[in-house]
Amino acid sequence: MTAPASPPTRAPKSDRAFIRIADVVKTFDGFRAVDNISLDVAEGEIFCLLGGSGSGKSTLLRMLAGFETPDSGRIEIDGQDMTSVPPWDRPVNMMFQSYALFPHMSVARNVAYGLKQDRLPKSEIEAQVKRMLELVKLDTLAHRKPHQLSGGQRQRVALARALAKKPKALLLDEPLSALDKKLREETQFELMDIQDTLGTTFIVVTHDQEEAMTLGTRIGVMDQGRLVQVDAPRDLYEYPKNRFIADFVGSVNIFEGQVTEDESDHLRVGSQALGGEIYIDHGMSCQLGQTVWVAVRPEKMRLRREAPEGPVGGAAQGVVEDIAYMGGLSHYRVVLPSGQRVRATLANRDRHDADAPTWEETVWISWPPAAGVALLS
Amino acid sequence: MTWIVRRGRALVVAVPTLWLALFFLIPFLVVLRVSFSEPAIARPPYTSLFDWDQGLLTITLNLGNYAYLLEDDLYVSAYLNSIWMASASTVICLLIAYPMALWIARSPMKNLLLMLVILPFWTSFLLRMYALIGLMSPTGFINSALGLVGLGPITMLQTDFAVYMGMVTGYLPLMILPLYSTLEKLDGALLEASHDLGARPWRAFLDVTLPLSMPGVIAGSLLVFIPSVGEYVIPALLGGPDQLMIGKTLWTEFFNNRDWPLASAVAIAMLAFLVVPIMFARNALGVKE
Repeated sequence: MTAPASPPTRAPKSDRAFIRIADVVKTFDGFRAVDNISLDVAEGEIFCLLGGSGSGKSTLLRMLAGFETPDSGRIEIDGQDMTSVPPWDRPVNMMFQSYALFPHMSVARNVAYGLKQDRLPKSEIEAQVKRMLELVKLDTLAHRKPHQLSGGQRQRVALARALAKKPKALLLDEPLSALDKKLREETQFELMDIQDTLGTTFIVVTHDQEEAMTLGTRIGVMDQGRLVQVDAPRDLYEYPKNRFIADFVGSVNIFEGQVTEDESDHLRVGSQALGGEIYIDHGMSCQLGQTVWVAVRPEKMRLRREAPEGPVGGAAQGVVEDIAYMGGLSHYRVVLPSGQRVRATLANRDRHDADAPTWEETVWISWPPAAGVALLS
Repeated sequence: MTWIVRRGRALVVAVPTLWLALFFLIPFLVVLRVSFSEPAIARPPYTSLFDWDQGLLTITLNLGNYAYLLEDDLYVSAYLNSIWMASASTVICLLIAYPMALWIARSPMKNLLLMLVILPFWTSFLLRMYALIGLMSPTGFINSALGLVGLGPITMLQTDFAVYMGMVTGYLPLMILPLYSTLEKLDGALLEASHDLGARPWRAFLDVTLPLSMPGVIAGSLLVFIPSVGEYVIPALLGGPDQLMIGKTLWTEFFNNRDWPLASAVAIAMLAFLVVPIMFARNALGVKE
């Protein structure tokens, strides 16, 4: 197996486990919201917890903040046991999904609130509030009330308030979900800049895989209270552990098949769904005849009228059933004789490509030998 | 179309306006008018304000009733005592109702608990006050129970304590309901944010819950204070004979002394006393909105 190329991620300050979650279980009325999770997060990391609703990601975050106590297991922050420490004594702060800004306080008082609880001298509080508001570019709106702000501005106030106490870790619950798409993209980069400036460890809960991919140095995918895979964004996308991950992160074509040749550096899989043989450029510990699933991303598919030449990972003939023109890309859906539908994404390089395959046309789909990944489950 | 809409809107407003004019404004004007006449042995028992005699219209405004309210310190002390007792009842109600409302708002059984708060309204107010007599009389439940353990009897009826008991039990729901409705709407994330930023529970209550529930506190206090000031039934049934409250004084003037003009002056003066705090409270609420 060729080792996955290590993606260019921002390196954490150290490899020491800064936040350590060990064997944590949380049950609500017999329902295991968090089911035996262990996870280490390094200092300075942006760790994204990605999952659908009810996957337990928010519960895990709330246990880090101290709003919920684990039934069993241990939570450590910077080497100190935090498992049963109340929220007001924890060195972490949270940015709430609804922002939870105090409606009866001005922007400046909201940001100052946490500092006041520490009984810092007034001059120090004022200086820190000013620094924070400058950091989020809101210094001109210090005297406004939250209801006089736009959604994006409120988000910044919430960020400034949560960062004002210089927490050891910032917990962000769906930080961008209330913003519209354009603003969300801008804010993502701002959030990363701020993290870069301060070096604070960020733990982000999100259901949006694009958000997780952009922000995260590492992503932990959660499903039904369990951590299914923890990896850097690129590894998660290119080397998903199983079909759930492959399908959850991005879109994917999955071909079921049986192993026909099992070598140390490659696999061959006979697939009825594809109507042919699939070549995979990595070996895997499996047996001949065993059922495996081959995952191929739509953007790695080729779509041609002619049969492909040279080595391929797999190829089949089918009929174009649907085309969705998205501007930069076009999504094709091709039906194979077996009935399986294959998604292929083509970049629209020319403004008007008259020669592009069209509806009801018979085409060849194929992918290069290095495009497919075999999954055991 | 807009004509219909405009007319429709006017009609909708007209009904309550008419209602208020007919049953509030006109009686008020009648009382105001009576307060400026003199008592007379007649039917009705007061003189008329207008006299038409050979083309000469004479308007007689008797301000003596109002002057009398200040002359005899009975009235001033009755007003002050009423305001004092109403204020004290309001504060006691607030102190009891706030934790109850907070508890109901955070309880999973809030509908049942709310139902229990409203339940006393199903019985007549008068009946509830008679029940209190049964509870507090020298041979009542409490004293019988105390007697069993060799204590008592304690005199409870015809004391200030009995009046406070009546006011608090009678008006408590009026305090709980507005408090509950503001506390129930309070976003739990705000409290969590406060804890997260380092505030212990008591601090978070003072910083977040209390200021954000002020509209409920003001509404509930008005609902308890206003009827308490003019309360007649409770002091008459539970209070002592020497207890001066303006509602009782008014009753005496009206029915025992048959001095309608003076009774009307008492009522108008009480209204003036009440209007001032309402205006203050309205302004305070108006600023919030």
